[in-house]
Amino acid sequence: MLIANLAERRGAFELAVEFTALPGEVTVLVGESGAGKTSILRLLAGLSRPGRGHIILDDQVYADVDKAVWRPAWHRDVGYVAQDFALFPHLTASDNVGFGLRALGVPSGDRRARVEESLRRAGVAELGGRLPAQLSGGQQQRVALARALVLRPRLLLLDEPLSALDVQTRRQLRGELRALLRELPCVTVYVTHSPLEALVFGDRIVVVDDGKISQAGSRAELLRRPRSRYVAELIGTNLLVGRQATMASTGPRVRTADGTLEIGGGPGEGAVFAAVSPREITLSRERPEGSAQNVFAGPVLELAPEPPAGERVRVVLGTDPPLVAEVTEASVAALGLEEGVTVHAAFKATGVTTYT
Amino acid sequence: MSGPDRIAGRALQSLGAVGAGLLVVLLALPLVGLVTRIAPGTLIARLREPMVLDALRLSLLTSTASTALIVVLGLPVAYLLTTRDFPGKRVVELLVDLPMVLPPTVAGVGLLTAFGRAGLAGDALEVVGVTLPFTTLGVVVAQTFVAAPFFIRATRAGLSEVDRRYLDAAATLRSPPYEIFLRVMLPLALPSLLAGAAMGWARALGEFGATITFAGNMPGVTQTMPLAVYIALQTDLDAAIALSVLLLLVSVAVLLAVRLLPLRLTLPAADADRQSR
Repeated sequence: MLIANLAERRGAFELAVEFTALPGEVTVLVGESGAGKTSILRLLAGLSRPGRGHIILDDQVYADVDKAVWRPAWHRDVGYVAQDFALFPHLTASDNVGFGLRALGVPSGDRRARVEESLRRAGVAELGGRLPAQLSGGQQQRVALARALVLRPRLLLLDEPLSALDVQTRRQLRGELRALLRELPCVTVYVTHSPLEALVFGDRIVVVDDGKISQAGSRAELLRRPRSRYVAELIGTNLLVGRQATMASTGPRVRTADGTLEIGGGPGEGAVFAAVSPREITLSRERPEGSAQNVFAGPVLELAPEPPAGERVRVVLGTDPPLVAEVTEASVAALGLEEGVTVHAAFKATGVTTYT
Repeated sequence: MSGPDRIAGRALQSLGAVGAGLLVVLLALPLVGLVTRIAPGTLIARLREPMVLDALRLSLLTSTASTALIVVLGLPVAYLLTTRDFPGKRVVELLVDLPMVLPPTVAGVGLLTAFGRAGLAGDALEVVGVTLPFTTLGVVVAQTFVAAPFFIRATRAGLSEVDRRYLDAAATLRSPPYEIFLRVMLPLALPSLLAGAAMGWARALGEFGATITFAGNMPGVTQTMPLAVYIALQTDLDAAIALSVLLLLVSVAVLLAVRLLPLRLTLPAADADRQSR
């Protein structure tokens, strides 16, 4: 198991994160660029020193600032795949993959066998004699992966492994990479800015926001209970933050900065998150008469067809609080929805999920 | 544009053209003079004279030796200056660059006051039985002093251009710094290293002022080609020209090699760019 508790300050940027990652699982660090993901990866790899904290992998202490322990990268059981792969341009694919084995002093016979095996598993067995300049982006990625995995690391670090590839190659490699990572016994930490990749690869997802972890948990947990605006946007739901209050005259309510929600029930008094699925929200031009307890009026800001085009349309509303609804194309036509039109967004109290 | 401005612009343009033309003439005419002054047959005959051959042999020996010394001593210096920060780094940088602007005769006098018999380190050198002034070894020391900056500068530039990502990748592949240096930095910076060594070698080959001041002008011992040219000029103009033509050819060859070397070795990288797009 990897235990990481890291803090460092670089200029105005402050990093302070604490998380664990399990062997045989892929832990995804997801967040916007500049959030500190790559800094975390470099600290784990031993390419930079933490200001405070510790890194422990199973029985090995890689870093412990309090005890003045720090192992540099070359003394760690780490495999690292950089964003642009960083294959050595003067060495063939085989020599790139054999680089670490040679540094470890593995005899050349064993080395050749392990290099071939690793290239084969990465699906580039026949490209060993080529220089990086003669490889496509996808092929470079496979060689970089083979180079990291040939050392059988206990900790595999991947920094945006798909982002340097063109869209078509990325789509093709995503499935393959996922299957490959699934079979690895090591702790895998995967950094990405892409919500999609986070959900595809992450057994556990750690959301990094401005140097802090805003939420960490299993994929299912994250989908069910987002705890930050970023995560909510990532999975496409409405998230409101407020305080729950129950009054005898009404039902339970959540008071937010922008307005008050009727809720079906909740965890009790105090600060809560309230999530509303975009599909729970119905839109109408006139104020609805029905059973929906929550009604907010506001202009349509944006209409976006959901991929694959056809099924539903996301409607971004300028209501207080701001909401996103998903409605069928038929409703869009029937209501004559377009940007600037004022609509009423309505959802039931029971359509609001609240949690602390 | 108004009239006066246009006239001023034209005047400036013509002035620039005249200046450039004069400079080209200044640079090119001596070369033309050298190669047209004597017939190729005479040239080859002159080059066979014992004084010329001695000077040629000594020059090749000393400049190659000083280049080897410069590479051995300069490479660690270039590496440290590129990769580390340490107290006094600025001073070291200044020291390393100084010989490029210092008048060579001043360098020679300086070497005498440091390593001459009565110099600062004279006694110490005498104890270990090394004599530098007026010896072939002294020629090598003078050339090393003057030519080292050319190698160190080019090598520093080459080493610092090696992409940080490759160094990081190597570190995560179980390679400690010395291994990263030998297996990644050195091969990737090799074109710059070779170019720097070639420039240093050419500078050592042409060394005159420091050599004649520190090591004197003894045929076969310290009389290198530039010194022989100077001496020959007073007795045998054709020999001086023959030697000069030879040195000119070597200089042109080195310059071409330096120009072509990095070009050839960086070609695969250019291919990489094209393919990845």
